[in-house]
Amino acid sequence: MSARQSILPLEVRQLVFEASGTRLLHDVNLSLTVGQRTVILGPNGAGKSLLLRLCHGLLTPSSGDINWRGAGTRDRAIRHQAMVFQRPVMLRRSAHANITHTLKIRGVARSERRERADAALALAGLSSLADRPARLMSGGEQQRLALARAWITEPEVLFLDEPTASLDPAATRAVETLIEGFHTAGTKIIMATHDLGQARRLADEIVFLNKGRLVEFSPARSFFENPETEEGRAFITGDLLW
Amino acid sequence: MSTILNAFSEAGALLASFDADFLAIVGLSLRVSLSAVLIACLIGFPLGAAVALFRFPGRGAVALMLNTFMGLPPVVIGLLVFLILSRSGPLGVLGLLFTPTAMIIAQAILVTPIIAALTRQTVEDLWREYGDHLRSLDARPLDRLGTLIYDARFSLTTAVLAGFGRAIAEVGAVMIVGGNIDHATRVMTTAIALETSKGNLATALGLGIVLLVIALAVTATVQVINAIGARKAAIV
Amino acid sequence: MVVRIASLFAALFLATSFVGVAFVEAQGTPLTLASTTSTENSGLLGDILPRFTKDTGIAIQVVAVGTGAALNLGRSGDVDVLLVHAREDEDAFVAAGYGAFRRDVMFNDFVIVGPDNDPAGLRAQADAASAFGKIAANESEFVSRGDNSGTHKAEMRIWKSTNIDPVIASGRWYKESGSGMGATLNLSAGLNAYTLSDRGTWLSFRNQGDLKIVFEGDPPLNNPYGIILVNPERHPYIQAENALAFIDWITGPRGQDAIAAFRIAEEQLFFPNAARP
Repeated sequence: MSARQSILPLEVRQLVFEASGTRLLHDVNLSLTVGQRTVILGPNGAGKSLLLRLCHGLLTPSSGDINWRGAGTRDRAIRHQAMVFQRPVMLRRSAHANITHTLKIRGVARSERRERADAALALAGLSSLADRPARLMSGGEQQRLALARAWITEPEVLFLDEPTASLDPAATRAVETLIEGFHTAGTKIIMATHDLGQARRLADEIVFLNKGRLVEFSPARSFFENPETEEGRAFITGDLLW
Repeated sequence: MSTILNAFSEAGALLASFDADFLAIVGLSLRVSLSAVLIACLIGFPLGAAVALFRFPGRGAVALMLNTFMGLPPVVIGLLVFLILSRSGPLGVLGLLFTPTAMIIAQAILVTPIIAALTRQTVEDLWREYGDHLRSLDARPLDRLGTLIYDARFSLTTAVLAGFGRAIAEVGAVMIVGGNIDHATRVMTTAIALETSKGNLATALGLGIVLLVIALAVTATVQVINAIGARKAAIV
Repeated sequence: MVVRIASLFAALFLATSFVGVAFVEAQGTPLTLASTTSTENSGLLGDILPRFTKDTGIAIQVVAVGTGAALNLGRSGDVDVLLVHAREDEDAFVAAGYGAFRRDVMFNDFVIVGPDNDPAGLRAQADAASAFGKIAANESEFVSRGDNSGTHKAEMRIWKSTNIDPVIASGRWYKESGSGMGATLNLSAGLNAYTLSDRGTWLSFRNQGDLKIVFEGDPPLNNPYGIILVNPERHPYIQAENALAFIDWITGPRGQDAIAAFRIAEEQLFFPNAARP
C-alpha cells in the first residue's frame, strides 16, 4: 500500500459543522501528511469525534472544505480509508464472517476471501475465535476484530475514534500494538482520544481541540513538554477545562 | 355446549383418520399459504428494506400503500384478483381463475404488505446500528440492503410468521378466486365455511381446531429453528 | 454460511416446489360448472358427477354460488356450463347471447320453514301468498336470502303476488342475510324465524334447531332447474365439446335416472324433467 500514490495530504479549510442551530465545530484549518501518527486530543465534547467523521465523509460539513489532495480523480477517497469506532459495529455473524463480509463488499473473489480472512484473524490474534459469534466476544476481542476488518481493506488512512475508551489496560495494550502495526506498514493513523497516556505513547503530532475549536496543532514532543496555550497546559496537568 | 365438545372429538377423528380428502385439503392449505408467504418474502424483504434505506421519489406513497394494504380485508383483495384473472379481465387469457395459482397470487398480495412493513421497521432499527460501518465501507446500495436483510433474519422471522398467520387463516380471498372447488381449490378455511353453511357446526369447528393445531405446529417449528439459529449467531 | 441460511429457511424453500406445481396445474383446466349452493350442499352433484366422469372420462369441477353470481360467471366466460334456477333470468341470459341455449333438467320445490309453534299460523294457510301475508301481518321474523339468488328471486315473486313490500320492514322483522342458503338457515335457526328454503338444502341441513316445515306444496313454490351452455362464440376458450357431452348426459337417461335415484333420508329431492328425445 505504501508503493501507491497516497490520497494524502488531507487539507481541511474553514471547516464548520452545525446541528440544529448550534455550532459544534468552528473554522477548523488543518493539513495532515503521510507518515505522522496524528492524535486528536481534547476533553469530552470537544468535537474530536465530529472532526473524524467529517474527514472520513460520514458527515457533511455545514461549510468549509475537506480535500484529499492526492486522491485526484482516480476514485472515491473513502475507499482508501477505514474507520474503527469506540463501540465496534459487530455484524450478527462469526468473527470470520465479519471479515469475509468486508471482502465481499470490496469485490474480492469468493475463492480468496477465506484465506485472507484467516490471515487477518491471525494478525489480530483471533485465529482460535474464528467461528465465535462476534457479538459474544469480549470488548477487547471485538475491537481487535474491528481492526483486523479494517486491515484487510488495506487503507491508506485509518481513523480511530476512542478505540480503547471502554477497554481494560491489557486489551488497550493489545489494540495499541495493532495500531502500531498499521503505522509500521505505512498506514496513516488519525486517532481521537482523551487518554493522555495513550496520546503520549502513540502520537507523532497532536491536534488539540477544545469546545469545537482547534486550539493547538503541534508535534507531540513540544505539545507535551511545552504547550503553546493555557488550555493545552491545563489539559495536560489534569486541570480540566469547562 | 355439546356442539363444542363434539367439535373436539370431530377434530380428533379427522386427525386420526388420515382421510385422503381431508389430508389433501390440509396439504393444499399449507401449499397455497407457504407459497404465498415465500413470494411475499421475495418481494417484501427488498421492498421494505428499500423503503427503510433509500430516499427515492414516491417513497412516501409506497410506505402509505404498504400500511394501508396491511389492513385491507382479504375479500377486497380477492375481488381485485378475481376481476384481473377473470376471462373478461386483463389477465383472463392465462386461465388462472379457480386454480391454486390464483389463490397463491391473492394471498401473496395479502401478505406482501405485512412483510414489507415489518421489514421496513426492522431494517430501519438495524441501520441505526450498522449505518456507520456500512457507509465507512462505502458499500453499494444493494450490498447495504443484502447485509441488513441477512443480519435481520432472526427478527424478520416474526414478519414471516405474521404473514403466514394472515394467509392460512383468511377465507375471503381464497373463496372468491379459488371457488372452493372440491378436490381442486378447497382449503381448510373454505371447508369450514362450507360445513358451517351445511349446518355441520361440530365438523366446522373441528376443522377449525385442526387448523389451529397446524398453524401452531408450523409457528412452533419456525420459532424453535429460529431460536437455535439466533443463539448460534448471538443475537440476544 | 450458505448452509446456515438454507437450514434456517428450509420450510420456506420447500414451498418453492409448490409454486411450480401450481403453475403446471393451471394448464389443463377441467370442465367447470357453476351451480347453486342448493345442488352442491344437498350432495346431489357430489353423487351424480362422478358417474358422469365414469361414463365419459371427462373431469368436471363445480363452483357453487348463488344463481345471480353463477350467471355473472357465465357472462364473463369464467365457467363453461351453468346449472341454475331462475327461469326468467335464464331466458334473458340466453336471449342476450351470453348462453348458447337452455334446457330443462329437473325440479324440486321450496318450502317455508319456521318455528315449530308457528306463531303466524302458516300451517292453516291454503297458498304461499297468504302464508307470506300472515308473516307480514303478524310481523313474525323472516330471514331473506337477500343475495339475488334463485331462491331470493322466487321469494320476491311470492311477495309481489301479495302486494306487500317486505323491504320496508328491512332490519325489523324482515332480515336480509345476504348469504347462501346454509348461512341463512343458520341465521333462521338462531333467531327461530321463518325462511324460504329449497327442500334439498333443508333436508340435508344439520343445524335445524326448532325449525320445521310449516308450509309446502303450492305451485308458486315449484323450483325448476335449467342447464345452459355458455356461448362459445363469445368466449372461444369455453370447452364446448365437453360441455355438450355433459348437457347430453344430464338430460339423457343416465343423468336423469341418477337424479331420480338420489335420496336423503329415503326422500327423493330432485325430479328429472328433461324433454325425452
